[in-house]
Amino acid sequence: MNLDRVSPDLRPIAEDIARRFGNRIDAWDTPRPNEVYVHASMDLAAGFCAHLHRRWNVRLIAVFADDFRNEGGVFHLYYALAADAAHGFVFLRAPVSPDTPQFTSLANAIPALNWQEREVQDMFGLKLVGHPNPRRCALHDDWPEVYPLRKDFGLHTVLPPFQGERHKFRQVEGEGVFQVPVGPVHAGIIEPGHFLFSVAGEPVLYLQLRMFYVHKGAEKLFEHLPPPHAVRLAESISGDSSFAHATAFCHAIERAANVEAPPRARGIRSVCLELERIYNHVADIGAICTDVAFVTAHMHAMRLKEAVLCACEELTGSRLLRGMACLGGVRFDWDAGQIALLRALTARLRPEFDSLVELIDGSSSTRDRLETTGILQPKVARDLGVVGIAGRASGFDHDLRRDFPHAAYDQVKISVPVYQAGDVKHRLQVRVDEVRESFSIVEQLAARLPAGPVRSEIGELPAGRVALGYVEGWRGEIFHWIRTAPGNRLARCKIKDPSLQNWPALSEAILGNIVPDFPVVNKSFNLSYSGTDR
Amino acid sequence: MFGILGKSLSTGIVTTKYPAAPPKVSIRARGRPEIDWTQWKDARPAAAACPTGAISFQDAGGHRTARFDLAQCIFCGLCADADPAIRMTNRVECAARDRASLISAARYKLGDDGAHRQLVPGPAPVATEPARPPAPAVSSPLESIGRQIQQRSRLIFGRSLHIREVDAGSCNGCEIEIAGLNSPVYDIERFGIHFVASPRHADMLLVTGPVTRNMELALRKTYDATPEPRCVVAVGACGCGGGIFGVNYATRGPVDAVIPVDVYVPGCPPNPHALLHGILRAIHREQWGRI
Ligand code: SF4
Repeated sequence: MNLDRVSPDLRPIAEDIARRFGNRIDAWDTPRPNEVYVHASMDLAAGFCAHLHRRWNVRLIAVFADDFRNEGGVFHLYYALAADAAHGFVFLRAPVSPDTPQFTSLANAIPALNWQEREVQDMFGLKLVGHPNPRRCALHDDWPEVYPLRKDFGLHTVLPPFQGERHKFRQVEGEGVFQVPVGPVHAGIIEPGHFLFSVAGEPVLYLQLRMFYVHKGAEKLFEHLPPPHAVRLAESISGDSSFAHATAFCHAIERAANVEAPPRARGIRSVCLELERIYNHVADIGAICTDVAFVTAHMHAMRLKEAVLCACEELTGSRLLRGMACLGGVRFDWDAGQIALLRALTARLRPEFDSLVELIDGSSSTRDRLETTGILQPKVARDLGVVGIAGRASGFDHDLRRDFPHAAYDQVKISVPVYQAGDVKHRLQVRVDEVRESFSIVEQLAARLPAGPVRSEIGELPAGRVALGYVEGWRGEIFHWIRTAPGNRLARCKIKDPSLQNWPALSEAILGNIVPDFPVVNKSFNLSYSGTDR
Repeated sequence: MFGILGKSLSTGIVTTKYPAAPPKVSIRARGRPEIDWTQWKDARPAAAACPTGAISFQDAGGHRTARFDLAQCIFCGLCADADPAIRMTNRVECAARDRASLISAARYKLGDDGAHRQLVPGPAPVATEPARPPAPAVSSPLESIGRQIQQRSRLIFGRSLHIREVDAGSCNGCEIEIAGLNSPVYDIERFGIHFVASPRHADMLLVTGPVTRNMELALRKTYDATPEPRCVVAVGACGCGGGIFGVNYATRGPVDAVIPVDVYVPGCPPNPHALLHGILRAIHREQWGRI
């Protein structure tokens, strides 16, 4: 084993792994200095993750599977861990034999894995052992026995149509306890999902979530598209994060190909990511106000959001920044006029945004509704591995822009707002702070965007490579993990949207709150259904 | 209180004049692509570049039928990058009542190298439409004629329209722009049009897609719960034509594979002007303020 390739920050952790688990490790692979793979058997997983967490504060960011039967006769299970302080990722890869297609659940020790493990079970047919609630999750109860992400399942398989809901929710009983079902078609202009509230009077006793109504077979589809087309698919994982998802995907491909986007492209990427952050945060700030009946603030927020979307159209040809991302950089360069427009935008929006925040802060009835509503306790947030805005509002000090600088984030100063209160007010406050931070990042980058090309040539992808692409989207961390196949194709693309991680936190935050506060609590998380369901 | 009032007054009116004035769209915006059919030398590069299959072709007997389906197009511009005969325009008002009218096609005589030799004059057969299960018959022909008359008169004379938005599988991009219609900039309520919380209160369903397998029944039920006369507007490349997802194990494809559609609004997502255009077109009011 040779750890020379491992980045100096990550090396102490790698050495510790080698010391502690060395005799049980089959092989090491370090495709990139901040991305280390340890190949070992599955029984190592629990001890491995627990040790790294205790000793190095390393956290699990994803569990996923990969059908490697054609190449190596087995399925692979991956445990992806992020060492924030060491700016590196460690993967544990364990084989699962097709003869005994099962794996041991870690969800009892790491509740954050609950849904992800079940998704592996549903999509690959690997049976969970020891999971507290091993029911179906990603595929609804009426789906036939199919395993869509296995290689022998065709993308275009025709399944019998959905005949009706057969999911058995947990019964909550007691005097005066009512069940309030909501969805999948909701009252507002939002995505579909099903919520079942169990209430006693007004307070919510228990909230059950049922997602995956908009499962579109995206991960399977990635395996059928040439990479340039797959970028457009990545834009459609979650429309509000079009650019972030597409860029995370491009980042993965670039890392697999050992190509880096040129400095100017990285600068433009960061600007676009910040514009996406600004328009979504501003819209959410407005929507949170609407949900507590302060519509005027919402209208001003919508006006500001519109200004950002128009600027995006001027900069990329698309209001949602679609068509801008591309492999090896960005598709369109900006001329001096467009950069001037960018600077004029922040100059105009800064005072407007301050005035909006002042308007909201000045409304005592709004403050009253937001403070101490929907509290997500830091301890619970940590157990569930809550990331992004919701994580930072509940004490989790992390941000990929700072801890894993991608795009041009190594070129700018970033401060990360972190609060402990975990209520709606503070999820709003994180957004307010971040919008101001984004203005500053855009200004810093626009003032000195490096000259040069905006695109590097990628060429045909070498087969059999694995790579992780990552981006801090406005909602939280986005990961795209790929394995390349011969003929410039992908054998696997695993997508991890922060929403998947954060949904269970909503069930915790709403407990004890009254049903009429649910919309505002939900909006303060504003999770993506499509990003979750894919 | 006075602060709120003062801010509103000092902001002034920000609402677009559309449709009395043309849509305000950047010249850099990518709207519908335009193909110079007479100058098109070879459909293959553009078809290979197109991620959704909006541009496609079929060769038979020394001839090629090249086809462009606006319903499926995501306005990405990759075809224009690959082929000088294709140009991206910033035209966003693309809504159509008739699915077939979104498809254009031409026939070419083929050269030995597979490029087009010349355009064959006359309309090209648009018969390459992929087979799709028919939408369920909703009512008897007589009923449906009666419904149309009723609907037309009501839509022409009625001043108010209630819309229920249904996300049947979208990526939420369309929802962002639809939500924008309620902003002071597009202000859909100035037409007497409201978004409502229940299909039972609605005249129109605004549906985004692709319709997933898991949402198919919910969409049908929502449709059935909407009182007649009702109309359905399919929104976005996925809702109109299946988009980049198309039909796969988890999706049923476009909205009209599941319920009948009256108006199609292409785009990915459609610009809010395009949405207004489509909604007003559905109620025969797209000329509102222009005449
Ligand atoms: S989706 Fe539309 S714009 Fe994009 S390549 Fe295809 S035809 Fe051209």
